[in-house]
Amino acid sequence: MKTIIVVGNGMVGYKFCEKFVSREESEQFRLIVFGEEPRPAYDRVHLSEFFESQDAKALELAPLNWYSENGIELLVNERVTDIHRKTKTITTSRDQEIGYDYLVLATGSVPFVPPINGVEKEGVFVYRTIEDLEAMLAYAEKVKSVKPNGKAAILGGGLLGLEAGKAVMDMGLEPHVVEYAPKLMPRQLDSRSSNVLQLTLEAMGINIHLGKATNRILGNGAITGMDFGEDDTLNVDMLVISAGIRPRDELAKTCDLEVGIRGGIVVNDKMQTSDPDIYAIGEVALYNQMIYGLVAPGYEMAEVAVNRILEKEVVMQHDIDMSTKLKLIGVDVASFGIPYMPAEKGLSIIYENKTKGVYKRINVSHDGKTLLGGIMVGDAEDYSILHQMYLNNMPLPDNAEELIVGARGEGGSPFGSAMDLPDTAVICSCEAVTKGAVCCSVLDEGNETVKAVAKATKATTGCGGCKPMVSDLVKESLKTLGKTVKERICEHFDFSRQELFDIVKLRGIADFDELIDTVGKGHGCEVCKPAVAAIFASIYNETANKQNAIQDTNDRYLANIQRNGTYSVVPRVAGGEITPKQLMAMGRIAQKYDLYTKITGGQRIDMFGAKLHELPLIWEELIKEGFETGQAYGKSLRTVKSCVGSTWCRYGMDESVSFAVEIEHRYKGIRSPHKFKGGVSGCIRECAEARGKDFGFIAVEGGWNVYVGGNGGANPKHAVLLAEKVDKATAIKYVDRFIMFYIKTALPLQRTAPWLEKLEGGITYLQNVVINDSLGICDELDAEMQALVDSYKCEWKEAVETPEIRERYTHFVNSDETDETIEFVSLREQKMPKEWA
Amino acid sequence: MTANLNTYETVRPEEVKIWFKTAAVSKFPKNGGACIKYKDKQIAVFNFTREGSWYACQNLCPHKMEMVLSRGMIGDENMEAKVACPLHKSNFSLRTGKHLNGDLEAIATYPVKVEGDFVYVGFSE
Repeated sequence: MKTIIVVGNGMVGYKFCEKFVSREESEQFRLIVFGEEPRPAYDRVHLSEFFESQDAKALELAPLNWYSENGIELLVNERVTDIHRKTKTITTSRDQEIGYDYLVLATGSVPFVPPINGVEKEGVFVYRTIEDLEAMLAYAEKVKSVKPNGKAAILGGGLLGLEAGKAVMDMGLEPHVVEYAPKLMPRQLDSRSSNVLQLTLEAMGINIHLGKATNRILGNGAITGMDFGEDDTLNVDMLVISAGIRPRDELAKTCDLEVGIRGGIVVNDKMQTSDPDIYAIGEVALYNQMIYGLVAPGYEMAEVAVNRILEKEVVMQHDIDMSTKLKLIGVDVASFGIPYMPAEKGLSIIYENKTKGVYKRINVSHDGKTLLGGIMVGDAEDYSILHQMYLNNMPLPDNAEELIVGARGEGGSPFGSAMDLPDTAVICSCEAVTKGAVCCSVLDEGNETVKAVAKATKATTGCGGCKPMVSDLVKESLKTLGKTVKERICEHFDFSRQELFDIVKLRGIADFDELIDTVGKGHGCEVCKPAVAAIFASIYNETANKQNAIQDTNDRYLANIQRNGTYSVVPRVAGGEITPKQLMAMGRIAQKYDLYTKITGGQRIDMFGAKLHELPLIWEELIKEGFETGQAYGKSLRTVKSCVGSTWCRYGMDESVSFAVEIEHRYKGIRSPHKFKGGVSGCIRECAEARGKDFGFIAVEGGWNVYVGGNGGANPKHAVLLAEKVDKATAIKYVDRFIMFYIKTALPLQRTAPWLEKLEGGITYLQNVVINDSLGICDELDAEMQALVDSYKCEWKEAVETPEIRERYTHFVNSDETDETIEFVSLREQKMPKEWA
Repeated sequence: MTANLNTYETVRPEEVKIWFKTAAVSKFPKNGGACIKYKDKQIAVFNFTREGSWYACQNLCPHKMEMVLSRGMIGDENMEAKVACPLHKSNFSLRTGKHLNGDLEAIATYPVKVEGDFVYVGFSE
């Protein structure tokens, strides 16, 4: 059995393993991988997402057990220190000596740290690994604790530097990007597009300093500033260096492999180094006298090396496509082919719109027939198709400008359809998947969703940039099969939620079994059951108690299930208004049942750690004290947040609390496709954050402004203005109709913001429907809403008063014992669930 | 007491030595589940009325080691009966215990029978 040793477990090293074990012949080899980082390979391309999620696992390319399951020996935290070419062995930092038949160097690169006086000072970081990010985060916290308005600089205005700028902004520091060149992203952008990007980034709060050479880093021990010479300085509390990469070729130097003058291990088109049994791939490899700092060429090198070791005649292509598209801090930036060039090579068509932060440039040959390259900033929607036209040398339309400004007059897109591409067109460059492979996966292998195609072909699983195109190809291929692509909720119902809603209503069906027997198939699942439950609730306003078994987890027991299988309890505190007597009652009950208490984001009190059998006991006491359910568990109205308004506030224009209390009682208990929240602010200072809610009212001179379609969460969105300066009754009427219209037409689990975004015609259309009654349905919407409002009842009161419902609240049906596996530990004088094992 | 995966091992019908009498049929919600205790084991028992069948499996979800599967929703995927964990929606086949939307170890399943008005779960010890 032959042994392959892979040195380095980054993205390219991992890809080598993945490709290798997928080959049948791999069973005849022993594969050993060394990684000096403490964790298995992770996705460095999306490193900045670590700041949002703080979840290193989410970036993992494969879990630890993937390696053992595939017979790979992975040694993390262990570095290869020497290569002995004569004996074909390596030694490691733990003094192991292992022999190899083939050695694959995938050691990648390290950040380049320029030799600036003072770089060793505390507070200076590089941006490369999860450990770097963790160290930056810890230091940023320290800075903020003494200086809440602390500043951080990033040295380098390239792609990674700008990502790092976003990262420090997320950490709560004021970001300053310092670049030596006179423009941002000097390698990819021309100066005009760089300028457009700069304006957009500055508007987001990122400060940009161009044409600055850093002489010295100031500070005594820790960094306090940067000196650019001639009395030009910038005070900063932290510095992140992102000034390019250097290949990690030191191992090659210890054993006399040929390296380039400026570093990098020289390889041929077989990915072999000057020693044919030693391969180098990824950012450490110097191919065509170039280091390729992108994932796609790295993956292709891995493919070539795998084939060569298995004695297959595959070579690396000579011209490597360096096109990229990325979302940089929410701004699309893309470049392909030759992004900018001298006039003798070709001509450019440029579209620039600084008011919208959009710049597009395409370069075409002198005869106007071929696309040579281009740049897009602010809007790169058409990148994939332009990139494909470039790669496949496709003919340009007569009016090439239509490619960037859109076709004038009648007729569809100037590009035609994605189906016009040749089958050999590479759609997913990360995984080298062609259009032919995608379509074949749909047509011949029966994969009918993007998800299924992704699983079968791996397309979209890299950077994800090709997803829109793959999705188009799947849709179009299905059409050629005569299949319509429709939104259906799951395998049990061939209908969208809106269609099911109409079916239930028109046929008067009120029972899940009846519905699935008449218009569905099978027995249902965790997707369609709760969706149908919500439809029944919205039409008949029945409580979740009635068809208990089709309710989603939380609705089934009228409480929010928490990490250890215990529940939390949230009584309604309308508008956030609560009496001292109620506060004391809640305190007494929480103490009696030993519950952890916390104020929620919706201005109420959440009590955690209740065991299943305790829920009816707790609610019985709460109801006795005058509380009712808060539906914190339901896809229904949560809270209407309010500021104190003109009742107490000296700025208040109107009584926001009274309005919030009234409106919360109006909509309480109404089930909808997803949860929805409201807010009422007494003046434009907007202390209730009403524009961050699904509906919001803001008091202004002369009435109320009504906003709809906002939310917080993972994709925060401000609500948009539906009506201005209307009186209270009108404001309520519009929101009634808006909610009812949303309930009837949204997808399952779609909140109002994405619903509004997808609504054709957007807010103008919505205004027409709910204000001008363009569909003639306002009377119907009003009546339906009023019926919901009139039929409200507290489902917890119903539960505790009905013995059959109460009986559901027991952990065992054959024993009175409680679940002994639930364990708590103490936390700041309260308790919390014991950590997951 | 911390939950332990080793407590649970699939029992095939031919291996049953003890038919443990759990509770009356009416204690198990239609098309839903309930949890029963047998020695140190917690077993989720499902009354799949639509199929006219009963299933039992460990109550412990191997994903985060919580005793919750009996509170999960049941249904079918490609005609195969399954339960979705209420915490993170891991789906397990009720017939084989296989993790259907991931690669966790299969969960243990147990034979169930109904005699008279009572539900029995089969154990090998």
